[in-house]
Amino acid sequence: MSARADINSDGRWLGVYVLGYLVFLYLPVLLIPLFSFNNSIQAAFPLQGFTLEWYRTLYGNPALSDALANSLVIGVIAAFGATLCGITVSYMDLYGRSPLAATISAIARLPILIPGVIVGISLLILVNLIGLGPSRVSIVLSHILVALPTTVVVMRSRFAAIPKTIREAALDLGASDWTTFRRVMLPLSAPAVLSAFMLSFLISFDEFIVVFFLAGTEPTLPLYIWSQLRFPRSLPTVMALGTVILTVSFIIAGTAEILRHRGLGAARRNPA
Amino acid sequence: MSTIAGTRPLPENRISPVFRFAMLLPGGLVTFFLILFALGLVVFLAFRGNDGSLLGVGLTAENFVTVATDPLYWTVTLRSLVIAGLVTLATVVTAYPVAYYLAFHAGRRRNLLLFLVTLPFWTSYLLRVFAWKIVLAYNGVLNSAFIETGLWKEPTLAFLNTPAAVVVTLAHAYAPFAILPIYVALDTIPKSLLEAASDLGARPFTSFRRVVLPNSMPGVLAAALVVFVPTVGDYVTPAMVGGPASTMIGTLIQSQFGKANDWPFGAALSVCVMLVILCVVLVARGADRRFGSRT
Repeated sequence: MSARADINSDGRWLGVYVLGYLVFLYLPVLLIPLFSFNNSIQAAFPLQGFTLEWYRTLYGNPALSDALANSLVIGVIAAFGATLCGITVSYMDLYGRSPLAATISAIARLPILIPGVIVGISLLILVNLIGLGPSRVSIVLSHILVALPTTVVVMRSRFAAIPKTIREAALDLGASDWTTFRRVMLPLSAPAVLSAFMLSFLISFDEFIVVFFLAGTEPTLPLYIWSQLRFPRSLPTVMALGTVILTVSFIIAGTAEILRHRGLGAARRNPA
Repeated sequence: MSTIAGTRPLPENRISPVFRFAMLLPGGLVTFFLILFALGLVVFLAFRGNDGSLLGVGLTAENFVTVATDPLYWTVTLRSLVIAGLVTLATVVTAYPVAYYLAFHAGRRRNLLLFLVTLPFWTSYLLRVFAWKIVLAYNGVLNSAFIETGLWKEPTLAFLNTPAAVVVTLAHAYAPFAILPIYVALDTIPKSLLEAASDLGARPFTSFRRVVLPNSMPGVLAAALVVFVPTVGDYVTPAMVGGPASTMIGTLIQSQFGKANDWPFGAALSVCVMLVILCVVLVARGADRRFGSRT
């Protein structure tokens, strides 16, 4: 009994620690929304009263809306590309049974071990060499690369969770590889596909370190924020914009996580 | 396309070449062209001289000689390693208890907590760093809060533009990276091992030290790696909260491809960073093998 009591008191202290850790994790980020409603140009205490003025400055700002449109278009195309690559790479890694497929899957996860600045400069050299130069196409290519490890990991764990017998049954019943992939495996992993798409969109939408090297004349939203940080006067506007971005990120990431786990749970409950 | 079912030896053997090609094409293009070829270009450029053209001129090791002989690069590299090392240590040590709680004590709250610790991972890195800028600034959150509570009379400049600010900001920004690998390692330790330890008379601390900790080392090493790699090459945080005394190797690489405009030299610096990372990966691999990797 005493050992059990020990474990419980351990758990309680650890629980307090975890709570403190979560506060440390969220508190600095939550200061951005707090001060975005503060009626002062400085982010400092005491709070000076509630205002929506900074949110009003977001409207009718052509540079901002151009950057937003850029980020949305780039994010959707890059997410499409990264998800397509993630699906095919992880499917062939699991079922292709070829050294080439395994190699591609290993290289696809390599960017985790390369600092963003080196990914950025290597692509800068590449796009200049092939004549694209810094442009939106270059940014899309770079974001496919940056999001690829995530989509591969998400899709691979999802495909691995589908019982092998399902695919074998489809092949036994005469379905071609393509039909098995399109009519059986892809629908069964639909929640993960959606999750991978949303997460790679978020990665592209928030990405700064690589895009810094590849932007031409049309900045994305993080680059717009970076350019505004030089001016102390635009600090509150950046905080209002940051609040909007954080809210959207939380919603998209939350939905993606729920989709990922719900899908897996259903597969485990009804294995056949 | 269709083959006769029933006489197949193994389903894998009858993958049609067309299907295989189509499925390998997108991933193959991205991995071989955008990753391997692009990295190869960096290595190539590192051995060229700077004449202002895209791919430089000649074949020379001069860039590496400069890196090796100029004390500035030793200082900055050493500083990057120390900062990244401290950040890695801080994130892994603080993340371990959280992962431990998730694996052994969280119970029904486990999924909610896992969700909460991974959520910041998906928010903008730039905004997380920016948050620390407003916390640490001269007329920022921390200073004004201390003056408001009467702890200090005057705001202090001591927070912003220090290497310590870089360490704290990076540790916060990369905190979510560390928890998941450690949690997975702890969660996959067979419960029978822990029962065996306590059956054989090990006290809780002994069983933690001799059973849980060694078995979770692969997760700890993986966590250390995923924090160390992005922090050692970071240039955003030093620029935002670090000031001139915190210039890191990523800052130098970035300026070679920007203001300094010496791409071959920047490429050589990048190759050096990749070599350092390769060494760290090999050390981690070796340590992983010593602890008997289960991955």
